[in-house]
Amino acid sequence: MADRSDYSSYLTHDADGTASMGLAVEGVHCAACITRIESGLKALPGLIQARLNFTDRRLTAKWREGALEPAQLFAALDRLGYRALPFRPHQAEEQEGRTTAFLLRCLAVAGFAAMNIMLLSVSVWSGNAGDINPETRDLFHWVSAIIAIPAAAYAGRPFFSNAWQALRVRSVNMDVPISLGVILALGMSLVETANHARHAYFDSAVMLLFFLLAGRTMDHLMRRRARAAAGNLAALKGETARRIGDNGELVSVPASALVPGDRVLLRQGDRVPADVCLLTGKSSVDESMITGETRARTVGENDLVFAGSLNLSGVMSARVVAAGTMTLIDEVERLLGAASVSRSSYVKLADRAAQMYAPVVHTAAALTFIGWMLAGASAHDAIVAAISVLIITCPCALALAVPAVQVAAAGTLFKNGILINNGDALERLAGIDTVVFDKTGTLTLPEPVIANAADISPVLMQLAAQLALSSHHPLAQALARQAVVRTPLDGAQEIAGQGVSAIVDGQVLRLGSPAFCGFTSGDFTEPEAETSLIAFCAGGQRVVLNVRQSLRPDALETVTALRARGLKLQILSGDRQSAVAGIARTLGIEDYRAGVNPAGKTAAIAALRAAGHKVLMVGDGLNDAPALASANVSMSPVSAVDLTQAQADLLFMGERLGPVLVACVQANKAGMLMQQNLVLSVAYNAIAVPLAVAGLVTPLIAALAMSLSSILVTVNALRARFGRIEDVVALQEADEAEMNPAIPFCCH
Amino acid sequence: MTVLLYLLPVALMLGLSGLFAFVWALSHGQYNDLDGAALRPLADDDLPGDIG
Repeated sequence: MADRSDYSSYLTHDADGTASMGLAVEGVHCAACITRIESGLKALPGLIQARLNFTDRRLTAKWREGALEPAQLFAALDRLGYRALPFRPHQAEEQEGRTTAFLLRCLAVAGFAAMNIMLLSVSVWSGNAGDINPETRDLFHWVSAIIAIPAAAYAGRPFFSNAWQALRVRSVNMDVPISLGVILALGMSLVETANHARHAYFDSAVMLLFFLLAGRTMDHLMRRRARAAAGNLAALKGETARRIGDNGELVSVPASALVPGDRVLLRQGDRVPADVCLLTGKSSVDESMITGETRARTVGENDLVFAGSLNLSGVMSARVVAAGTMTLIDEVERLLGAASVSRSSYVKLADRAAQMYAPVVHTAAALTFIGWMLAGASAHDAIVAAISVLIITCPCALALAVPAVQVAAAGTLFKNGILINNGDALERLAGIDTVVFDKTGTLTLPEPVIANAADISPVLMQLAAQLALSSHHPLAQALARQAVVRTPLDGAQEIAGQGVSAIVDGQVLRLGSPAFCGFTSGDFTEPEAETSLIAFCAGGQRVVLNVRQSLRPDALETVTALRARGLKLQILSGDRQSAVAGIARTLGIEDYRAGVNPAGKTAAIAALRAAGHKVLMVGDGLNDAPALASANVSMSPVSAVDLTQAQADLLFMGERLGPVLVACVQANKAGMLMQQNLVLSVAYNAIAVPLAVAGLVTPLIAALAMSLSSILVTVNALRARFGRIEDVVALQEADEAEMNPAIPFCCH
Repeated sequence: MTVLLYLLPVALMLGLSGLFAFVWALSHGQYNDLDGAALRPLADDDLPGDIG
């Protein structure tokens, strides 16, 4: 039963007889990796091009149709020492890419126009102070108009369309005063130019667009980078399933290509690739990813098993079932629907500011007009003064205040292995006072580990791990993973139901059940309820290894630091009382509840929110998804199941819990900076508006005021990148080498 | 001031050519892999054998 692989769902066929495929590649760190992969693949027959995108860690391969099997690519990459999986960008990511390109084009047009108009404007300003003749000034104004109007029509589209959408549903966002300011500035300048006036505001209008587009583009680029990283993680996590064809042939397919009705084979140690109904075989499955329950469940024919469960013992065949067959999933979906309604009531900080700001400035402009008319000014002068109020209050700094901080903070978080899923996640995270943790996979590591590894000699451990590589048993896999070994022992044999053995240097090595290694029940201490045992013997040496779920390495430090920051902590777990109590005691969390179902978790969160708490939920199981959606803000490890990950506002990578603390600290800092920025923008308006009302604002003053306030706000936002967070310095340092891709050469 | 009659178009043309160069580069994928572009010159891909 040799495996054949089917990647057809990932291939793109071109009309010129070529096929191409995208791959997410793991372990690319340095310049040498690029050369190694690209030149290493060149040798493949029929390959036309292989190009590695280092920023996204993705490889695009193109070959002559039929000359190359995709499996050869994976084999070649594996020989080079890189793990790769087929990758197809999500629709959302493609859309994001197009938006970024559009924003960049707008930015380029606005930049070009702003520079050229400024060139003309500076001449006019200095000429006005000196002896420019009116004809030349008119010429310069007309040239400015010819540049500014098409440029603003093109580059202003992101703002105009947003503003129009808001106005159509009778609401106001920041883009409404922006669009109004730009349009009025251009219109007034055009009329003034036709009347041979001394002043025109073409430069202000276009420069404003340029600054705002710069902020918006940065925001998009940051989000796109996070999305690309998340997309890769999802692809690399992607399970392959063994589909049983009609003729009984086994074909490896990506789990995403399975459709209801497909038959799949589940071997020992496999993650179940889709929701299935068992056809034959008997086994026990670990459903901790789904329900939080750490005790295995015994399953047999006609039992339903969730995607993400781990097959612990037997070989089974199963049929993929359609969505909606599983009662738990239906329940989760229903709760999710209810929760997302309560979530959508949050109004972003920037939108709240816009809703207060727009009426105030528009009233101020109207009052200016009335005031000048009453004071006996001509209608022309009154309109010019009113419009200059609208131009100077066009919320450049205000519109940059929040996104600039988000970009700077998201960059810092990204370096710490935290990805932001949701634009407003940071401001929501800034206000929390309660953190609710799930236990299994969140406070504990998602995979079991050898708990007594420290008591065993490293040499013995290494040997045991090498032998473990030859076994499919989940406990053996835990051992192999933890010891980070790559080379299996030659001639290792698996004896079903007992363990693996091999002969090295005339010595018999055995890894398996304690009895298999010659232990009798009196030789070792009986395990606690949560622990599984495997034994290893090499010649005369024998050890028993305790395998169990264990806390993330820095869980205690992180939880202590969170408490020191005045946050209320709670555990809501789907696991049994005894399993949760131990963890809660170790971490010193008094408030815990065990055996909670998804509805119970949502209710508990709702109760906390009703009591006026702002809740951060951290969880990874399928049963946590509704709770994540109903909390004020949510966080998941990247090991979480897909449905849950989609609900999380932030994702964190790695084995540590520290990112939760980093995110909280950064969010607080970002929240503070956002408020400072809003205050700065209001202060700017408090100075500029009286000048405009008094009719003292010339284009020169408008240009200076706008650029200075925008730069001030941006520089203040950059502070989110500097200054280390005392509590987490130690936690960060270990991760930094791993996370930081800036090293020139890696160990490949 | 007749000098303006050709200086203005020249200045605008220069600016426009920069704009078109940028848009061309953008649409030809030159900005797709900024980190990779920074590292590629470090690779001695013109030498036989491998590094790293």
